Amino acid sequence: MKRQMLLAAGLAVAATSLQADIIAPGDVVMSEYGEVMESLTGVPGDALRGREIMVSRGQGNCLACHAVTALEDQPWHGEVGPSLDGVATRWEEPALRGLLVNADAVFPDSIMPAFYKVSGFIRPGDGFTTNPAPADLQPILAAQEIEDVIAYLMTLTDY
Amino acid sequence: MTRKALLGGVSAAVFAVAAAGVGLADIRTGDSLVINGEIQIVTEAEPPAHLEGALSTLYSGWVFRTDETRAMQADDFDNPGMLYVEQGIDAFNTVMGSEGNSCASCHENPESLANVRPSYPQWDEAHGTVQTVEMQVQECQTERMGMEQPYGYDSQQMRNMVALIASVARGQTVDVAIDGPAAEAWELGREIYYTQYGQMELSCAQCHEQNYGNLIRADHLSQGQINGFPTYRLKNANIVSVHNRFRGCIRDTRGEPFSVGSPEFVALELYVASRGNGLTVEGPAVRN
Ligand code: HEC
Ligand code: HEC
Repeated sequence: MKRQMLLAAGLAVAATSLQADIIAPGDVVMSEYGEVMESLTGVPGDALRGREIMVSRGQGNCLACHAVTALEDQPWHGEVGPSLDGVATRWEEPALRGLLVNADAVFPDSIMPAFYKVSGFIRPGDGFTTNPAPADLQPILAAQEIEDVIAYLMTLTDY
Repeated sequence: MTRKALLGGVSAAVFAVAAAGVGLADIRTGDSLVINGEIQIVTEAEPPAHLEGALSTLYSGWVFRTDETRAMQADDFDNPGMLYVEQGIDAFNTVMGSEGNSCASCHENPESLANVRPSYPQWDEAHGTVQTVEMQVQECQTERMGMEQPYGYDSQQMRNMVALIASVARGQTVDVAIDGPAAEAWELGREIYYTQYGQMELSCAQCHEQNYGNLIRADHLSQGQINGFPTYRLKNANIVSVHNRFRGCIRDTRGEPFSVGSPEFVALELYVASRGNGLTVEGPAVRN
């Protein structure tokens, strides 16, 4: 059942990526508390993909800074940020979305990168190439990737 | 809903205070490094006054490394960086350029340069600029040895020479001047140190002042001190320069680094060196 739902979500991603109903980084509406109410894509996140993104060094690389007990099979969890265990009991989905889009809204000057932002940087690069950023700099995570990570974070209910 | 989110925010903030900041729990402080059984290295020191309390203790990068890596630095036979120092000695005694000089023609032996590393970068009156050791070597090569092409700033030959100049100063206290004509570059360096660069918007201070001792993925963050440069990096199997390290750290913010040898990196080097005033020269140190 669960497997089937995930599959359905995966198909939906493929379908919507052709449509233009994705909220662009510059158009995201944030509440005064740093929450983003609306899904960035309208497509439910895929927790399994979210897990991959969190772990991958080239994508979220969340483990660089955060420990997650549920990801214990992965080596090297960082200590720069708090453990994400039980994070779904501390935050609701819109707040998590806001934290991923731009954590600075909740934690001013946070060391945590804004994952869905494309302007306002000082000497931005083209990934890790040392070259200057291209004019059409992409956010670190794509809209659906943000939704996928949120779906995974929502599974972290245990401490 | 808002209430809960807000509350979540509060508890997370409390959490963050507890988690963020300096994590020296699994770092072994209090050990000392003696090289070859004779050169005393100061790996923990009182911070200089100009840091205004930003660090409570200065720690050499050595403190943050594993037992194996630490041990390699305690004996020149085990320190792969010393092979490059030896190449530097050969170059020191080799005639280069049109004037028929070697470094030894003017500086009897490398040991005569033992005061250089602890006091550089340094204001150079004749050129009206702050000079790094690399710039000083290039100056000698072009102005006193008649070389048209001095060593490239980050070339292997330059790194070998700078490693030699560091090695003869090991154990001497770092003490770069930050006042007088150097003050302007120092201010620029400080500004760069606290600027959040790149798409990840990270400053040197966020990693090396606020998080030293913490793991960032597999790496234990140090204070980012440069008293051990050029360092032999196990990962590179070679010695790396200060500016190369700065470049790598800004690259890792998904940023566009300044160029090696640029006025910005010279200023940053002066500032970072001054944050280590009180530690001792260790180059070539061994790092992972
Ligand atoms: C460079 C470090 C860094 C990276 C990378 C990072 N974070 Fe964070 N994160 C932090 C810090 C530090 C905090 C605590 C707030 C603060 O001090 O800014 C935090 C806070 C959080 C919180 C709220 C804290 C809680 O437990 O209540 C969540 C959720 C979160 N991060 C998720 C993520 C996810 C998901 C990723 C990857 C997509 C990520 N972070 C990547 C440093 C980081
Ligand atoms: C995203 C985190 C991060 C940022 C930002 C960062 N660094 Fe680093 N830096 C590291 C890591 C990881 C290492 C390797 C472990 C260590 O020695 O701290 C390192 C190492 C260093 C070292 C080598 C220290 C030694 O003893 O060998 C120096 C010097 C340094 N950094 C300076 C800087 C400067 C200057 C800046 C800003 C321009 C900067 N770093 C920004 C993560 C960072």
